[in-house]
Amino acid sequence: MNTSTLEVEEKPKTNAQRISGSEAVLRCLLEEGVDTIFGYPGGAIMPIYDELYKYMDKLNHILVRHEQGASHAAQGYARVTGKTGVCFATSGPGATNLITGIADAQIDSTPLVAITGQVASHLLGTDAFQETDVMGISMPVTKWNYQVTKAEEIPYAIARAFYIANSGRPGPVLIDITKDAQFSEFDFEYEKCTKIRSYHPFPVMESASVDAAAQLINEAKKPMLLVGHGVLISKAQSELLALAEKAGIPMASTLLGLSAVPNKHPQYVGMLGMHGNYAPNIKTNECDLLIAVGMRFDDRVTGDLNTYAKQAKVIHIEIDPAEVDKNVKSDVAIVCDAKAALIALEKKVEQNSHDEWLAEFRALDAIEFEKVGEADLHPTSGEVKMAEVIRIISEKTKGEAVIVTDVGQHQMIASRYYKFEDTRCNVTSGGLGTMGFALPAAMGAKLGRLDKQVIAVIGDGGFQMTIQELGTIFQSKIGVKVLILNNNFLGMVRQWQELFFDRRYSFTEMTNPDFQMISKGYGIPCNKVDKRAELETAIEVFLEHDGPYLLEVCVEKEGNVFPMIPTGESVSNIKLEA
Amino acid sequence: MEKQYTMSVLTEDKAGLLNNLTIILTRRKINIDSLNVSTTEVKGISRFTIVVTTSKDKVDNCVKQFRKLIDVLGAFVYEEDEVYYQELALYKVPTSVFLNGNKIETLVRNNGARILVIEADHIIIEKTGHMEDTQDLYRKLEPLGLLEFVRSGRVAISKSKRKTEAYIKELEETRSNELSIKDY
Repeated sequence: MNTSTLEVEEKPKTNAQRISGSEAVLRCLLEEGVDTIFGYPGGAIMPIYDELYKYMDKLNHILVRHEQGASHAAQGYARVTGKTGVCFATSGPGATNLITGIADAQIDSTPLVAITGQVASHLLGTDAFQETDVMGISMPVTKWNYQVTKAEEIPYAIARAFYIANSGRPGPVLIDITKDAQFSEFDFEYEKCTKIRSYHPFPVMESASVDAAAQLINEAKKPMLLVGHGVLISKAQSELLALAEKAGIPMASTLLGLSAVPNKHPQYVGMLGMHGNYAPNIKTNECDLLIAVGMRFDDRVTGDLNTYAKQAKVIHIEIDPAEVDKNVKSDVAIVCDAKAALIALEKKVEQNSHDEWLAEFRALDAIEFEKVGEADLHPTSGEVKMAEVIRIISEKTKGEAVIVTDVGQHQMIASRYYKFEDTRCNVTSGGLGTMGFALPAAMGAKLGRLDKQVIAVIGDGGFQMTIQELGTIFQSKIGVKVLILNNNFLGMVRQWQELFFDRRYSFTEMTNPDFQMISKGYGIPCNKVDKRAELETAIEVFLEHDGPYLLEVCVEKEGNVFPMIPTGESVSNIKLEA
Repeated sequence: MEKQYTMSVLTEDKAGLLNNLTIILTRRKINIDSLNVSTTEVKGISRFTIVVTTSKDKVDNCVKQFRKLIDVLGAFVYEEDEVYYQELALYKVPTSVFLNGNKIETLVRNNGARILVIEADHIIIEKTGHMEDTQDLYRKLEPLGLLEFVRSGRVAISKSKRKTEAYIKELEETRSNELSIKDY
């Protein structure tokens, strides 16, 4: 095999300028429209940071407190903007600390370009100080990675990186640049990448598939749309609504698809999956047609595949061919961008309504509300519940805030009860389920949407995994609102221990520090509430404060999240109570 | 049902791709029966021939994952009757076994093998064929004092009419990086 580097095309330089590899990195980022970088300096990326000093007026670098924070912040930025998030780290531990965020971005289809410094090329493979095989480590969790050992490769590698990260099914790309490549000079010219012969991110829609899908929709008596993250990625929210409204189809959302459809839409029937709503889960096994758009039939959505929607025909609209028929066999697959497919499909479906079918969902909604929702949302006694906190925030923000959730019970409660009305407003770690995600991701989301109220909803466990990013919020004055729902437990694990492990609470109870003192230490105003009577006022202050603010709400210690589909069981077995 | 499949993967000639491909197999606990990497008739294009024993669903899934790799130009899966394939085996036997009459020479000739090298203390026999054939000769040589044995990965060519060069040209000429899924 050829071990040479990228074949940089030799061509006469026209407007070439002789600059260092480090400066080239920054010039490339500017060419790609980058305005914000999240990173942490170190020995092997110092030449790039040295150049960054010159570019501070053009590139807003946010100094995080841990490289994991950089990759999550870049994810948050990417998720709310649709642009590619960028993060920097040095070699060795700096690079490996990025990996969690990179893996998270891979499974949640988030465009990310991570640039890591590497030891000088003559030291590669010698176990030099802070050398790790970041190429080998990142290979399974990146869409593409590449090691630059010559400055001349930088423009080509970065142009490819951005093209790959944010086309087709988006994902993370890692570019590792040796220190000598950062120092050496070359004639710089930049050309954006628009084509790679071995990479075809835009599969062409087949009209026969669209015809077949339209026919299935027109014949269906009980159709159901499953709205995934792909709808948001392809900016197909209005096209989805146009199809759903014309054909009168109920719409259910995956966790990552939340905020693609306004929750108050009369055809929106709630969230799918393990802790999703009762109606869409039950109806999955009663519908006659599933139309899955930009979603991958994750096991948290399907439960037991052997019993999943066996009665239904399946239409799968998906840009990634590897996801088609991977978990659920489709009757018709439209392999292309969701927006293109929905536009084509909308033209071919007939005007229809399924009012009786929709009413069946509403009947189940009423059962869910009676059994779970009422007590969750409007308790009158006992300890404060997570759901009532989310309800008040949802009402006060009119469902228009960006909600960045961590992982656990609070994530499911926020996803169930925040009534998203605006789009691209749900940022969460779905596939990897990364605790520690929310605080840094919220920083990135806020910097991506300065016009929006950005609220990080975090449990006490996840908060402490990246608590140091309060320092970043403090230093960079990022106006993110931090809501800690503190039950002094790893709540979701505890819930499983209660339900499936005989209440043996093995290492899930947490003795937490004084979060108020910590917040004050970072100069962030804060408040703590444990009484229902004080909750609403505290939330108003929290939301109205100009700048970052931390609100800790002490919630019931052993609250559970229902409905719930036990792992590996059928979606029909969704339980409303223990 | 598990059976043997031959996967043929056309790639750019780039370092690290082998690792990329094998990661996809190892995380699914699929063992590689045989692996061969070679150049093709098109400059800069390599072909990985990977033989695995698994189910059809799993092998199809792997091929789709291979195609997702940025530097992979195409990946195909074949059943036994869809490819021409061969393996090469080398056998080292002591020269002394040849001194006991022409029995071994007859064995070599009758098995479609040939003598590659004759040294003072050992002789190298070469045979190409399917695994059963090379294994058969192994069994026959073993009682005679076989010193060493090695068998290559499978090399395979599909029975389809597709030409690699034409396929690559089509990829290059595809407008705006669009490609119909049917082209795979």
